[in-house]
Amino acid sequence: MTRYIIKRFLIMIATVLIIATLTFFLMHAIPGSPLNQERGTNAAVQANLESHYHLDEPLFIQYLIYLKSIATLDFGPSIKHPTETVNDLLGRGFPISFELGIVTVMVALISGIILGVLAALKHNGIIDYLAMTVAVLGISIPNFVLATLLIQKLAVDWGIFPAATWSSPTHMVLPTLALATGPMAIIARLTRSSMLEVLTQDYIKTAKAKGLKPYKIIFKHALKNALMPVVTILGTLLAGILTGTFVIEKIFAIPGMGRYFIEGINQRDYPLIMGTTVFYSFFLVFMLFLVDIAYGLLDPRIKMHKKEGE
Amino acid sequence: MEKLLEVKDLEVSFLTYGGEVQAVRGVSFDLYKGETLAIVGESGCGKSVTANSIMRLIPQPPGRITNGTIQFKEKELRHLPEKQMRKIRGVDISMIFQDPMTALNPTLTVGNQLTEGLKQHTSVSNQEAKQKAIEMLELVGIPNPEERLGLYPHQFSGGMRQRIVIAMALICEPELLIADEPTTALDVTIQAQILELFERIQEQTGVAIILITHDLGVVAKIADRIAVMYAGKIIEVGTKKEIFYHPQHPYTNGLLTSVPRLDRREGKLIPIDGTPPDLFSPPIGCPFTARCPKAMEVCERVYPMQTELSETHQVECWLQDERAIKLLASK
Amino acid sequence: MSMNHLAEEQKTKHSPAVHDIPDEWFKPKENSQKDSEKVVRPSLSYWQDAWRRLVKNKLAMGGLLFLIFLALMAIFGPILSPYTVQEGIPANQNQPPSGTHWFGTDNLGRDVFTRTWYGARISLFVGLMAAMIDFFIGVIYGGIAGYKGGRIDSSMMRIIEILYGLPYLLVVILLLVVMGPSLLTIIIALTVTGWVGMARIVRGQVLQIKNYEFVLASQSFGTKTWRIIRKNLLPNTMGPIIVQMTLTVPTAIFAEAFLSFLGLGIQSPYASWGVMANDALGTILSGHWWRLFFPAFFISATMFAFNVLGDGLQDALDPKLRR
Repeated sequence: MTRYIIKRFLIMIATVLIIATLTFFLMHAIPGSPLNQERGTNAAVQANLESHYHLDEPLFIQYLIYLKSIATLDFGPSIKHPTETVNDLLGRGFPISFELGIVTVMVALISGIILGVLAALKHNGIIDYLAMTVAVLGISIPNFVLATLLIQKLAVDWGIFPAATWSSPTHMVLPTLALATGPMAIIARLTRSSMLEVLTQDYIKTAKAKGLKPYKIIFKHALKNALMPVVTILGTLLAGILTGTFVIEKIFAIPGMGRYFIEGINQRDYPLIMGTTVFYSFFLVFMLFLVDIAYGLLDPRIKMHKKEGE
Repeated sequence: MEKLLEVKDLEVSFLTYGGEVQAVRGVSFDLYKGETLAIVGESGCGKSVTANSIMRLIPQPPGRITNGTIQFKEKELRHLPEKQMRKIRGVDISMIFQDPMTALNPTLTVGNQLTEGLKQHTSVSNQEAKQKAIEMLELVGIPNPEERLGLYPHQFSGGMRQRIVIAMALICEPELLIADEPTTALDVTIQAQILELFERIQEQTGVAIILITHDLGVVAKIADRIAVMYAGKIIEVGTKKEIFYHPQHPYTNGLLTSVPRLDRREGKLIPIDGTPPDLFSPPIGCPFTARCPKAMEVCERVYPMQTELSETHQVECWLQDERAIKLLASK
Repeated sequence: MSMNHLAEEQKTKHSPAVHDIPDEWFKPKENSQKDSEKVVRPSLSYWQDAWRRLVKNKLAMGGLLFLIFLALMAIFGPILSPYTVQEGIPANQNQPPSGTHWFGTDNLGRDVFTRTWYGARISLFVGLMAAMIDFFIGVIYGGIAGYKGGRIDSSMMRIIEILYGLPYLLVVILLLVVMGPSLLTIIIALTVTGWVGMARIVRGQVLQIKNYEFVLASQSFGTKTWRIIRKNLLPNTMGPIIVQMTLTVPTAIFAEAFLSFLGLGIQSPYASWGVMANDALGTILSGHWWRLFFPAFFISATMFAFNVLGDGLQDALDPKLRR
C-alpha cells in the first residue's frame, strides 16, 4: 500500500508540475499579455506584476520564481482587481464553490447508486427501462440547458425555489439539481452495468448456495465489487462537476470561484486565469489522488504490492 | 440403505434467442445416505443443470424446471417456497463450483466468507463461529487456520482455495454435498489431494456426495455409483464396478475406451466420433444414434425403454432388446 | 415397412409398446456417421449478427434515424431557408414562431430556424472531426503501445496516465484563451487530450487479442507486423473503437456548447447551438422561450441520439452477448 501511495503521489506531483509549466509558458506566449514584454496596463497593476513575477529577470528565472510562489500557494496579483490578490478572490469564492461541489457529489453518488442498483436488480423490468431512460436523458441534457429549464419552471413559473444566489438551503436546490443530474446519470448507468456483471460471478452463486438472504447477497457480496468501477470514474466526474460549477455559478449568480474564472476569461485578466487554473488543477489532482487511495483501500488485491514491495 | 434424495422425471429448459433448449429431458435417480454418486458426461449434456436444479439455482429466466419432482428427505424441493429453500441451501445441501479462483469473493476475508453461512442459519456467537471456521479449515488441511482467517482469497493458491470452498460448504454439516467439476480447474497433483480430501471428509462426516464430472479418472477414485448422462438423459446407471467392467450402453463403452486405463493391457484409445446433438431440436429416438457404432433403425425412431440388469444397474438402449441380441448373435 | 406402424408411432411418439415395434427395424442402420456432423443452425458472420441485433434495438435505430435527419437538415436546411445566418431584419426582432419564421427570430431579427441548422453544421462538424482525430491518434498510439508491449508500452502508458490526470475542460479553456476562439482552435483544443481515452481502449484490446492463438499462428508463419495489425488486430478491435467514437461525438458537441457558453466558442454572428443558447440566456425572463428552446432541444436530442446509438452498438458488438 505504501508503495502504491508513493507511486500515486509522484504522478500527482508530475501532473501538477505539467499544468503549472503549461500555464506559465502559455500565458507568456500570448501577444499583448501583461506578462510579456509589451506592457499596456496601468502603473499600479504593472508594479504588482513586476514585484510578483520579477518580469525584469530572464524567463527561466521567472519560471523558477513562479514555481516557488505557487508551491507556497501564492497565486499573485489580479489586473482587474488591483487592490486584491488572486488569493483574496479564491479565499472568498472557493468555500462557496466547494460547498456546491460537495453537495452535488453526494447527491449524484447516492441517487446514482440507488438508481443503478434498482435497475440491475429489476433487469429488463419497468424500473430498469425507466431508470435507464432517465439516465440517458440526464447524460444528454447539458447542465446549462437543464439549469435554465429549472429556473424557468420551478422558479419563474411555479415559484417553488428561488432562482439565484447562494444564501440559504432552498437556494441550493436548483443549482445542485442542475449540476448533479449528469453525474448521477453516469453513475447510475455504470452501477447498473457493473452490478449486472457482478451478479453473474461465481462468488454470487456460491453465496446463493450458502442460502444467504437476498439483501445480504446484494449488499455484502455484490455491491462492494460493483462499486469499484464507480470509484475509478469518480475522478473524471469530479473534474466534470468542477468545470460544471463555472456555468452553474454564472447562471445562478452564485459568488463562487467559477465566477472569477469566467470574469478572468472575459476580461482577459491573465494572472487571474493563471492563478485560478492552477488552483483548480491542484485541487482536482489532489482529489484524484484521494480517489486512488480510496480505491486501494477498497480492493484488497492492491495491497498485495505491499507484500511484494517490502 | 436410507434414501436421501429422489429425482424423478426432471425436465429443464432454457429460453434463448434461437429457441427453447431442452437441457435436461427426464432425468431420474436416487441417492442414498453417505454414498457418492458420480454424474458423468460430456460438456453440455445437462449434468450441471441437473445439479443446479436440485439447489434451485437455475437462473430464472431464462431457465425453467418444466416437469418432475425433487424429493429431499420428506421435502419436495421443486415447489418449495424460496424462503424455505434458503433454509435448505448451505444447511442440508451444499454446493461447490468448478473454479475456486472465482468462487470466493475477492473483497472479503476468508474468515468472513466461511462464517457468514453459519451465522445466517444458526444462532452462534461470533466467537463460536470463528472457532467452527478454524475447525473446518483444520479438517480440510489448511495449516495455521487461525492466522489465515484474516487473509483474502488472492493470498491463497488454487488448491488452497478449493479447500476453503469445501470447508465453507461443510461448515453447517450438510447431509448432501453437490460438487460441480470440483477438480477440473486444478493441477493434476492437486486434483489427487482434493479427491483424497473428499474421501476423508465422507468418512468423517458421512455426507452424501453428488459429483459432477467429465473425468472418469476422478470417478474411478471416489464414486460408489455412476450415472452416465447424454443429451439431457441418464442413459446408464450402475455401481462403479458395473459401469467400469460391464458397461452396456455403447456410449458408456465409448467413454471408457477413450480414456487411458492402467488396469487393462490392450491400451488403445478409441475416441467417439462426432458431436452430441443440438438440444434445440432433440432427436425423437436415442440421441446417441448418429454416433453409435451399433446403431439400428429402431434407435432413430423410438427412444429405448429402461432395462433393469440388476437391482443397481439400469440401461436405456435397444441393444438390450431380445431381437437385437438375436441379430447380434446371428452375425 | 408397414404404414400402419409408422402411423402409430406418430400418434404415441414417445414409447410405443415394445412388441409393437416391427422386427425389421432391428437391423444395423446405414451411414450412421454422416449426419452427426451436420450443422443445424445457419451461422451468421460477426457483422451480420451485430447488425441484426442493432436493428432490433428500437431506441438505437431511432437515434440513428434522427442523426440521419439532422445531417440532411444541416446540409440542406440553410439552403431551403430564404434567410441568412448573419443578417437580421431589425423590424422582426424577437418574433415568436410563425409561418414565416418557423422557429421565431432573435433579438437582432435573425431567423432561428436558419441559425439552428447552421448550428447543426458546426456542432456535427466539431463532433465528427474530434472523433476522427481522436481515432487516428488513439489507434496509432494505443496500437503501438499494446503491440510492442514491454518497456515501450509502460513508458507510453505513463504519459497517458499523466495526460489522463489533466482536467480536460480546464486544459481546453486554457488553450482557447491563448489561441483565441475559432472553429479550428476549438477542434485542436478538444483533441489535444481527447485521444487518451481511445488510446487506452485500443491498447487494452490489442493486448488482449495479440495473445490469441490465431495471431501467434500468423506470427509463426513470418507475417509482417503491419500486416498482422491490419488483417488480424484491427478487425477484432473495431467493436469497442466504434462505440468509443460514437460516444466521443456527443462529448465534443457538449464541450463546444459549453465553451460557447463561456464565451470561448464560435463567435457571433456565426451560429452554434452553444452560442445561440448563451445569447438567449439573458432574455429567458422576458419570455422569448423559442430562442433558448430550439438550440437547447437540438443539443440534447443530438446527444441523446448519439448516446442511445452508442449503447445499442455496444450491446450489438459485444461478442459475449452473442448467443
